[in-house]
Amino acid sequence: MSAHARTRIVGSPVPRKEGVDKLLGRARYIDDIEREGMWHGATIRSTIPRGLIRSIGFDRSIDWSEFAIVTAAEIPGHNHIQLIFADQPCLADGQVNHCDEAVVLVAHPDKQRAREAAAAVKIEYEPLPPVFTIEESERQDVMVWGTDNVLKSFLLEKGDVDSAWESAAHIVAGEYRTGAQEHLYIENNGVIAEYSAEGGVTIWGSLQCPYYVHKSLLSVFDLPEDKVRVIQTETGGAFGGKEDYPSVLAAHAALLAMKSGHPVKMVYDRVEDLAATTKRHPSRVRHRTALDADGKLLAMDIEIATDGGAYSTLSSTVLSRATLHSPGPYVCPNVRVRSRAWATNTVPYGAFRGFGAPQAIFAIERHMDEIAAAIGIDPIELRRRNFLHDGDTTATEQVMREPVILDQLLDRALAESQYHAKRARFAGENRNNSVKRGMGIAAFYHGSGFTGSGERNLNSLAGIDVTLDGKVRVLVSSTEFGQGTNTVLTQIAAEAIGIDYEDVMMAPPDTGIVPNSGPTVASRTSMVVGRLIERACLQLVALLRKNVGLGETFMREEFFAACERYRAATGEVVSLCRYEAPPGIFWDDQKYRGEAYPAYAWSIHVAQVAVDTVTYSAEVEDFWAVQEAGRVLNPVLAGGQIEGGVAQGIGYALYEKVLLQDGHMVNNQMTNYIMPTAEDVPPIHVYFVEIPFSHGGYGAKGIGELPHDGPAPAILNAIRDAIGVSFTSIPLLPEDLFEKLAVRTAVAEVAAV
Amino acid sequence: MSADWSAIEFVVNGETRNVHVPPMKRLLDVLREDLHLTGSKEGCGEGECGSCSVRMNGELVNSCLVPVLQAQGACIQTVEGLACDGELHPLQQAFLHCGGAQCGICTPGMLIAATHLLTNNPHPTMAEIREGLAGNLCRCTGFKRIFDSVLSAAAQINEPTAQEAAHAR
Repeated sequence: MSAHARTRIVGSPVPRKEGVDKLLGRARYIDDIEREGMWHGATIRSTIPRGLIRSIGFDRSIDWSEFAIVTAAEIPGHNHIQLIFADQPCLADGQVNHCDEAVVLVAHPDKQRAREAAAAVKIEYEPLPPVFTIEESERQDVMVWGTDNVLKSFLLEKGDVDSAWESAAHIVAGEYRTGAQEHLYIENNGVIAEYSAEGGVTIWGSLQCPYYVHKSLLSVFDLPEDKVRVIQTETGGAFGGKEDYPSVLAAHAALLAMKSGHPVKMVYDRVEDLAATTKRHPSRVRHRTALDADGKLLAMDIEIATDGGAYSTLSSTVLSRATLHSPGPYVCPNVRVRSRAWATNTVPYGAFRGFGAPQAIFAIERHMDEIAAAIGIDPIELRRRNFLHDGDTTATEQVMREPVILDQLLDRALAESQYHAKRARFAGENRNNSVKRGMGIAAFYHGSGFTGSGERNLNSLAGIDVTLDGKVRVLVSSTEFGQGTNTVLTQIAAEAIGIDYEDVMMAPPDTGIVPNSGPTVASRTSMVVGRLIERACLQLVALLRKNVGLGETFMREEFFAACERYRAATGEVVSLCRYEAPPGIFWDDQKYRGEAYPAYAWSIHVAQVAVDTVTYSAEVEDFWAVQEAGRVLNPVLAGGQIEGGVAQGIGYALYEKVLLQDGHMVNNQMTNYIMPTAEDVPPIHVYFVEIPFSHGGYGAKGIGELPHDGPAPAILNAIRDAIGVSFTSIPLLPEDLFEKLAVRTAVAEVAAV
Repeated sequence: MSADWSAIEFVVNGETRNVHVPPMKRLLDVLREDLHLTGSKEGCGEGECGSCSVRMNGELVNSCLVPVLQAQGACIQTVEGLACDGELHPLQQAFLHCGGAQCGICTPGMLIAATHLLTNNPHPTMAEIREGLAGNLCRCTGFKRIFDSVLSAAAQINEPTAQEAAHAR
């Protein structure tokens, strides 16, 4: 398919499918929904980071007979949240491993009474020594998880790193750190649960992955598959933060529903959501790099450590993606990446847009600028000399079969941002100005879809059916939470069949109705699920042609008439397709080698920053994002993904700091966890170069996570350009700038005296 | 019903409404729970995110910070009062076409803040739009398409109708 293959609906900016409901205020989010006889749940959480539970006391001034109370003892099935490993309890039993871990649940018809009662439950502990940082965990003096505190480790090896140092003209080493980041979806986590002995468990909730919650509940309640039903309600932002946590919350609400005999709503307030739910993994990445005299990479020795928190949750897969993105978009004959996720006594870290890649890319892209400075070469030129091209081999020895156009993207980014002219101008202006400006870039890829054999293991099923009132319905468990699933999958179905956008609707995201098309994560929906929908539609058209005489060309009315003839003959009009890996994709989990991802999206970011050397504030004044992410299915939605991701990346770099005390988040309010506002976000210029990917839905590759990968390194590179001082850690707040710059100034003044 | 509850009468989206509620109950909760106007959302409960923004007597307020007693006799506009006879308000139309709404949770508050801005300043500059929406957090869009939406709606609202244009000649 050429970039300009003619399509009627795919590629056009059709309005968001559920947009009108959202704009009228009638879209129904979880807290907008009431059930008959509904009670409200509340959670009693640990107040210490690690210890044995000695007793649970209930204040005698409260009539507890009015309440439903649940502890670990009342769990009918397994007391764990089934994700990758089964180490996280649904409710702490005998021991707590982080602050804010759920121990007891209560429910009452009145929300306020439930909260007051929760405050009247007192738990006594025998404290155990906690571990709070990667370094403390590495020391292994105190074991808080397994036998060695290691949640997961990987070793990626290509060539022979150890023999490369001797012949190197340059060796440059560096250490880079990233902090935790909170998703800060504006709608907090929330669910409603119902339970009956005959029907089992039903969940309505704000969530990304209905079948993840489904699987987890089967285990907690020890129920067969058809006795658990999970329905996603309109979801007010997620960003990965509603990938794993809803399984915990759904189990809690369902336990209370079982105990009370009533539907139970649990909607966290902001303070509880910030304190108790997952965040982005903090990281420390060390690079040691060998280059030849021409600035070509000879060897990269990379060591990654992430803080996984108290339980393993998704740390292993986050670490895997960090490992696979750590060498950056460069060719290098010898690469070694040793990575480990460490356990600490903090709230488990989990999925967040980018999923390990932003941490790894911050390190390599900051490191490239440090290398450039160390060996005296322009940072743009250093990247050009080492970029991957088609036919090159990555660190996992994946041959780049699809076009790789980093040079073209870089040229475009430099031209649009007037990078060179601005750098020259700023260099002059900065001499006599207390506000110093600079330009910085980042070059990166983001692997689309699940890592390695992940998509094969998911084995997703998706399709369409045709309703009695003449609509094509998209059958997927892929969810909408702002990114545009409904719109894009509808566009694909309408395009593939040859009907109107308005002829297609989404089936409810309800495990009782839709097949498991996999989780809505990993930038996989447009590419993987979109392709399944495209295939299912073409399959239906072929079926109608073969069986009920649909013509080679047809009007929409003829299509629906043919559907009815087919229904009359067979009883239903359904077309489902199962995932098929693109040919030649092979991944070896043991050797950690092969096709890490079926496709990659590529991007160059350019940041223009101003550093005020009087107030020590750094501000992003302008931002350019150039990317190749396959075919753009909807330019308004795609642009919105890039802009939103860049804004979140700016927050990651300069604003957002999770402050922990004894493993408890102490700035768990929007007043003191600061995200960029309408006044902080710079103009963001977005450019797409389109190269359709032959195995993605209408040529799409992944797009959602890509824009979060680049802003942090581009911004810190620009700060280095502006003031000539390197920062290697984010978030970079004014106090961090002050500490380094003021101390330098003081040292310089003393030296001058 | 308790004796220390208050009878509150106010006008919501042009309609007189009466509720009997605790006087310190948050206006947001009265709108959502007693009047079933669930368009206004709670994002933070402390006046930071603006998802609960409503207009009260022509002022933009965070309804999570207003005890309902203060709304006695007031005129209140929520997102449910923007569309007229099923026709989207120009701001809603612009948000739909410019991509100003993604997950939609901040959208009702954002629309109310934008309405407030355009009511007081029909020709806002980009800087004035940024300032006018600074109290409303959006985590999805990066704000750019929200600004575009407000600019587009302002142009639409300010554009004279064909009839007015004919009179002007």
